[in-house]
Parts: sequence; structure tokens; C-alpha cells
Amino acid sequence: MEWFETWGLTITVFLPVVGAVLLGFIKRDNEDALKRTALVVSLAAFAASVLVVAGFDFGASQYNTYQFEVSETWIGAINANYHIGVDGISLPLLVLSTFVMVLAVIYSWNHWEEPKNPKAFLILMLILATGMNGTFVALDLVLFFIFFEIVLLPMYFMIGIWGDKSPRKVPGFSKVFETRLYASIKFFLFTLFGSAFMLLGFLALYFESGDVAGERTFDIVQLTELGSAGAFTGTFAFLVFGAMFLGFAVKVPMWPLHTWLPDAHTAAPTVGSVLLAAILLKLGSYGFIRISLPILPEEAASWAPFIAILSVIGIIYGSLACLAQSDMKRLIAFSSVGHMGFVMLGISTMTDVGINAAIIGMVAHGLITGLLFFLAGSMHHRYHTREMARLGGNIKLMPVMGGILAFTAMASLGLPGLAGFWGEFMALVSAYNPLDGLSLGVFRTAMVLGAIGTVLTAGYMLWMLQRVNLGEPKEEWEGHEFKDVDRFEMTAWVPLIILIVIIGFYPRIVFDSTTDAVTSLVDMAFGSDATASISSITGG
Amino acid sequence: MTPEIDYLALAPEIVIVVTLLGALTLDLFLPRPQKYWIATLAVAGTALALIPLGILAINGETISMFDGSYVVDEFALVLKGLFLISAYIVFLMSVNFIESDRYYQGEYYFLLLASLLGSLVMASSRDLIILFIGLELVTGPLYLLAGWRKGDVKSNEASMKYFILGVLSTAILLYGMSLLFGLTGEVTFAGIAEATQGMSEPALTMAILFMIVGFGFKISAVPFHFWAPDTYEGAPTPITAYLSVNSKAAGFVAMLIVMYQALPGQSDVWAPALWLLAALSMTIGNLSALRQTNIVRLLAYSSIAQAGFMLVPFAAAAVAGADLESAFGATLIYLVIYAVMNLGAFAVVIAGARKTGTGEIDGWAGLGKVDPILGVLTATFFFSLAGIPPLAGWFAKFEMFRSVMIADPATISLAVIAAINAVIAFYYYAKVIKAVWLDDAVDTFTDEADQPPAGALRLALGVSVALTIAIGIYPSIAAFVRDAAQVLASGG
Repeated sequence: MEWFETWGLTITVFLPVVGAVLLGFIKRDNEDALKRTALVVSLAAFAASVLVVAGFDFGASQYNTYQFEVSETWIGAINANYHIGVDGISLPLLVLSTFVMVLAVIYSWNHWEEPKNPKAFLILMLILATGMNGTFVALDLVLFFIFFEIVLLPMYFMIGIWGDKSPRKVPGFSKVFETRLYASIKFFLFTLFGSAFMLLGFLALYFESGDVAGERTFDIVQLTELGSAGAFTGTFAFLVFGAMFLGFAVKVPMWPLHTWLPDAHTAAPTVGSVLLAAILLKLGSYGFIRISLPILPEEAASWAPFIAILSVIGIIYGSLACLAQSDMKRLIAFSSVGHMGFVMLGISTMTDVGINAAIIGMVAHGLITGLLFFLAGSMHHRYHTREMARLGGNIKLMPVMGGILAFTAMASLGLPGLAGFWGEFMALVSAYNPLDGLSLGVFRTAMVLGAIGTVLTAGYMLWMLQRVNLGEPKEEWEGHEFKDVDRFEMTAWVPLIILIVIIGFYPRIVFDSTTDAVTSLVDMAFGSDATASISSITGG
Repeated sequence: MTPEIDYLALAPEIVIVVTLLGALTLDLFLPRPQKYWIATLAVAGTALALIPLGILAINGETISMFDGSYVVDEFALVLKGLFLISAYIVFLMSVNFIESDRYYQGEYYFLLLASLLGSLVMASSRDLIILFIGLELVTGPLYLLAGWRKGDVKSNEASMKYFILGVLSTAILLYGMSLLFGLTGEVTFAGIAEATQGMSEPALTMAILFMIVGFGFKISAVPFHFWAPDTYEGAPTPITAYLSVNSKAAGFVAMLIVMYQALPGQSDVWAPALWLLAALSMTIGNLSALRQTNIVRLLAYSSIAQAGFMLVPFAAAAVAGADLESAFGATLIYLVIYAVMNLGAFAVVIAGARKTGTGEIDGWAGLGKVDPILGVLTATFFFSLAGIPPLAGWFAKFEMFRSVMIADPATISLAVIAAINAVIAFYYYAKVIKAVWLDDAVDTFTDEADQPPAGALRLALGVSVALTIAIGIYPSIAAFVRDAAQVLASGG
């Protein structure tokens, strides 16, 4: 397996795009061949990532040391390298990404939204997979930027071509647009706006590193070393952090930059929403953990209260917005704003507990909200509406579907014993005791407001369940035959359900990977006395 | 005294001269159905000229002739390569386009080759006179070519507007140059640079500003851009492609060499002017492009905006008083990448217009479903123009941003303007992609819609798409351009 040490990650990242090229050569009407190829490719990428886990040395997870590392010259003139690697923080996210991709391919087996065209859709999915996997393993800022941006193209087309075709009035325009057109361009422009500034931030780091260390570099590992040694401070750090903040915060999304999200999620086809929620949103919060925090620790600490406040506003705002929705999918979309608020709250505490909470929150949100979007899509497929006022009694019409929906909603509201609990709970715990020197007043207020947020989350989730699942079916559905969950849906969903339960009962499956890396990250950034004891929570 | 002439160094120019004379002669003798031989000759001649260029590049010597007025160095070679390859692609685009018009094929290729010759001369010029001759040789034939479809009112308008404004700008440029000569008594760049060092003279300021106005017209920078959209729309599409790539690049390089080599000591005067041109071109070009419904006009405004982006590194570095060498490299890289992707975009316009029978963007709705390959190419070139990775355009934008990261309020503000403009630009590029892929098909497709584009056009598309993707994934391919800029910096 020597060669796998060097090639493992490259295979995980680029296999999907090779598959996309292969699909290009298969005839458009040969649907079976297209689907099988895509499935084999995504399974192979997943298998590669599992082999990476198998070969990963969990004992040696000191921060800023990476495994399966490759570093080759890429653009020599600017010292940008093809530098990739994984550590305990990126590993769970990488596996999540390849895993959800397999399920998405399985689910799409017999769920083609108009105008069908499986070939194009699968090609886009596979390109998307390369972008997502690549972002999680990139250790060079330019490479990271490229992967971060590659994700936009396929998602733009997914939303724009297969998205929601209902008309939508846009404020300020007399013309009525189709929702998909409005949502796709809005998604793209928001992200592009953020990432243009993010790139300026990266470039500033590049030049500054030349002044500080003698050699200009985009290398995240080297920049982290410089950053934790206190090389980047003052106005420079403030501007750079601000520029990168724009890029990442749009992607997360943090209030008030979130407005693209409800539109994009609601308009996207089912698989698109799943991938958006499960993985794309994590690219932003991952960027905070991987780049902003370790490279600019002091600046991150001074931005922390501000981030915490925005996160809490996001939590409360997201929950309240959910309570005002009539469209089931839009409700789930807004719930992401709230859940990612918890993730960002965890990061903003700058403690190992908080960052661990953020990572498990990201994984859990990926699984749970991914599943919720699958369910919303399948229900829309059957009812041809997502208006909750017209749904009701779902559990009587489709017992299995209704049951899974109830389960997932419980997971989403943070029921102890299921995956969603850990992220929320630990984020709140960490906010009680943030990094030394951060304002206790702000963070404890944030904790209280966040706790209120969990109550609101429970409120809207139960409210949704009540409206959709319980009660009597509406008269208009009388005489309709509803086909309950089919085998493709089952195959795609059961693994998610199992994982939600496993992580709920045994979060160490994630923490074992992350804890060492996170603890040493905090040590490195803020000194070892900053690390609170995490063992009391994880039992490790 | 007879000047020493190195024939190998002049070989690319000589090959083009022979080719253009050959085209003219062939035209006299060939019967109409066989006129396509002229096109073949033009394509072959252009390709042939690349061979001596390659030999010169491998030799890597700097050859200086006519007392340093005509220099063949790495910088000149890179530019000549750019001009030749883009002219080659334009010829490929022209073959079927011109053939279908059925008149004056010989003259068409003759004029285009003459213009190409001008750009080759310009690339080597190191004094004002040769520079001016080269530049005018580039534009002169284009006045005629813009009006090629003489039955079309728009084409007449295109030619007329271009001619009148072009001549005006030439006069202004020449006036500036003559002032410069009067003040210094020198025509070579090196001589002028020496004479103007530390000179503070209102007439000199005037000379510089006149020249910037003159060049501004050539590169259609705002506020000297008014001719461009109308001319672009009316001219035959291959000529528009040539105007927006070769002729713009020629003007661009001419302006930058003059500022960089002849007037380095006067950057207080020209740097703010370029800063303003860059900011205005990006902003006005982009905002105007947002409202376009015709794809060629859209590309016209896009090329105005792109010229603004290209000026950014140079203007920023000059304003901040920083190292011009790396800024010049960034501008050159931008120019090369822009040439590749913009030519591709125009090739797509030709193929698409043939299929849809219209240049209106709305008329292109659903093209991606009818012809997926053309649809993918459209998306590739337009996303590349927007600077989305992993297509070549990202590296151009990246280099631009990289060179403006200088801690100076004037450059930071230019960087922010550029960043916002990059986002605005995406919107209108996406408009074309939206029509092709997202909109439902309308029924405007022509009978030819099922047929693939002609062979030559396919080759043009293939060359540009291969370069666009290759440079995007492995930008080191384009990095040699920077070395070329360094050669110029070292005073070669």
C-alpha cells in the first residue's frame, strides 16, 4: 500500500472528474450505462476515502501535520503547489463528502426532475464531487481557492436547469422570473462576491509571508506556522481576516449574508439541495477552521465576539423565519441558517470544545439536513406540492415515509441520542467558557440566546411534523394511491439513519478523529493553557 | 552606410509579406469557385511564419537592428507568437464566413495579412517612427475590412465610425509624438527616456496626455470607446474578433512600451491617467454590458471592460511607484489569456449565429439542447472570460489581483473596484450561458442547425478550447510570458 500513501487522496479527489469525462463518451439515451458508471465511480471514490481512513494513523494527529501528504510543484512562478493532505479535522468531512455523493447517485436512480437528461446531471454531480473533496484536502491557498470555486459551476447549472420552475416576483423588478433562474444567479453572485475578497485576502497573506519569512508562499502549513508564531498582526491581519471572513461567511452562510440560501435550497432539485446542505455549506465553516483561525489566531480572537453575535442572530432569525414558512422545503432551508449558526458559535469560542462541537455539528447537519431534503424531495414527488397547508396525515398515507420524517425531525431538533444533539449542546457548553480573554458577557448571553434557539428549533420542527405528518389527510388526496418509500430511496436513506443513530450514541466515532487535532490546533494558536479539558464531555 | 540586416530575425515578417503578395497574385488568376486556395495560402503562410519564430526563440539571442530601432528579443517574439496564433485562428474563422459572402476573397486575406504584418513590426519597434508605422499598418486595412459587407448599412456605419474616429485618434497620437520629438530631439525609446529623465515641462505633459488619448482610442478604453460597440456589431464577425484581440493587443502593447521604455521618468504624469482609464473602463464597460441584448455588442463592452482589467496591474504599480516589471508581466499574461478565450468566444458566436440565425441573446435560447457540444464550448469560453476556475481566465484575474497587492491607498482602491467589477461581469457572461442552457428553446433555429460547424471553424474552436483548459489547469504554460517581460525590463 505504499503507493496509496501518495496517490490515495489524489484518487479520491480526481476519480469523480475522470468519471465525468467517461460519462461524456456514453450515449445520452443509454441511461443504465450512465447510472452504473456514475455509481461505480462514486463508490470507488468512497472506497478510496475509506482506505484513507484505514491507513490513517489516529495516534499521530498533531495539528499542522498531515497524512497522505503530497506536494508537487504546480505553478512554479508564484510558488503555488499541488499540496494536499488530511488530518483529523478534514478526514470526517472528506468521508462525509464521498459518502453523501454515493447516496445522491443512488437516490437519483429513478428521481429525474424535468428536463431529465441524466447524462448531464450525473456529469455535473461528479464534477461537484471533485470540487468538494478537493476543498477538504487542499493545503495550498490557490488550490483551495480553485476547488472552492469549481463547486459553483455544477451547482449553478443544477439549480438553473433542473430547479423549481414556478414564477417568482422579485422585488425591484417588474418582470416575473422563474424561481430557478433567479435562485441560480443569486447563488453564484453572492458566492463570487465573497470569494473575490477571499482571494484578495489570500494574496495579501502571500506577500506578507514574503516580508516575514523571506519566501512568499501560499502553503497553508507554512502560513499556519508563521501565523501561530505571531507573524500576522495589526491592521494587516484585520483586513485579511475581514476579506476571508466575507468569503467564508457567505458560504456558511452567516446572517446577514444568508439570503441566497433559502432561494437556492428551495429552488434546487432534490439532489442539489442535499449536496448543498450536506457538503457545500461546510466548505465555509471548514475554511474558518482550516485557514482563518490557525493563520490569524489573534485576529480571530478579536473577531470572535462579533462572530458569536452574528451566529446567535442567525440561530434566532433562522428559527423565527422557519416558523413563518408555508413551504416545507423552504422551512428546512431556513433551518440550515440556524444550525450553521450553532456551528459558527462553536468556532467563535476559539476553544477545543467549541471547535469539536462545530465539526460534529457539521457532520451531523450534513447527515440530518441531507436526509430532510431527500424526504422533502420525495414528498414533493408524490404530492406535487410542498405547501404544508395542503399536506397532513402523511403518516397515514405513507407510514414508512412519515416515520422516517418524524425520526429525522427529531434528530434535527437535537434530541439527545441522535447526531444533532452533540453539535448544539457542546456549542452551548463551549460558549459558557470561551477562550481566556474573550468577553464572558457576550458569550454567556450568546449561550442563553442559543439555548432559546434550541427551544425554537424544537418548536418549528414539531410544528412542521404536526402539519405534515399528523392529522387527517386533506380531502383532495382522497382516492389517490401513494406509493410509500421505494427501494432506491430506502437504499439511500437507511445508511444515513444508521449513521445518525451511531453518532448520536457514540460520538467518539467523530471525536476520536478530531479531538487531538483540534486540541493541538488550539494549543498552537493560543498557547497550551487555553485548552479546556474536553475529556469530561467526550469521555475520552 | 548600409544597415546590417539579419534575415533570420526578419523571417516571420518576410514570410507574411510573401504570403500577402501571393494572395494578391493568386486572386488575379484563380476562377471564382477556386478562391478558397487563397484562404489556404493565408492559413499556411501564417503557420509557416511560426517556424522561424520558433528557431529564433530557441536561439534566444537578442538581435538589434537599425541602431536599436528594431529589436528582436524574447519579448518581441512572445508578442509575435501571440499575433500570429491569434491571426491564425481568425483566418480559420474567416474561411467559411467570407466564402458565403462570395466577393473579394483575395482582397480580404491580403488586407488581413497586411494588418498582421503591421502588428509584427510593431512588436519589434523601439522607436516612435517604426512604432507608429506598425500601428497604422495594423489599423489601416481594418477600416476597409470593417465595412466588408457593403450591402449592409450597419457594416457601412461600422467602417465609417471606425475610420473617422481612428483617423482623429491617429492625428492626436502623432501630435503627441511630434511634441515629444520636438522636446527631446530623439525618436528611439532609449534616447527619449534619457532626455526626459527629470524633465518638468508643460509641453511634455501635454505630449504624454495626447499620446494616451490616441492610444486610448485604439484600445477602446473609456472614455474613448464610443466607436467600439457599433463597429464591432457591424463588422464581419471574424474581423470583430481580430479587432478585439489583435488590434487591441497591438495598441495596448504600443502604449505600454512607450510609457514603460520611453517615459519611465514621467510616471507621475501618465500613471494617474492610466489609473483613471482602468477604473472607468472596467466600471463603464461592465455596467453598459449588463444591458446588452446582442451577443456581439455584449462582447464589445466586455472587451472594453477586459481592457480595464488589463490596465489594472500596470496602472496600480505605476501609481504606487512599485516595480513595473512584474506588473508588466501580469498585463502581458492577461493579454495572452484574454486573446485565447476571446477568440474562442467569437468562434462560438460565429457557429452559434449560423445555427440560430440571430445574434440576439434571446434567440440563442435552448442552443445547448440542440447542440450540446457548442453549448459546452459557449459555457467554457464565457465562464473563462468571467474568470471562473479551472478555466484560463482565473489565472489572468489572479495575476491581476496579485500585482495590485501593494499597500497603497490608490492601488487598494483599484483592487476593490476590480473585485466588484469581476462580480458584475459574471452577471452578463452568465446571461449568455443562461440563454443557451437554462432557457427553453425558441423556434428560431435555421435549417443548418443540424449540421456541425465547418471544419476550419471546428479547428479554431478546438485550438482555443484546448488552450483555455490547459492554461487554466496548469498555468505554468503561460508563465514564460513573464520572463519575456523581464527581458524588456532589462533593457534588451
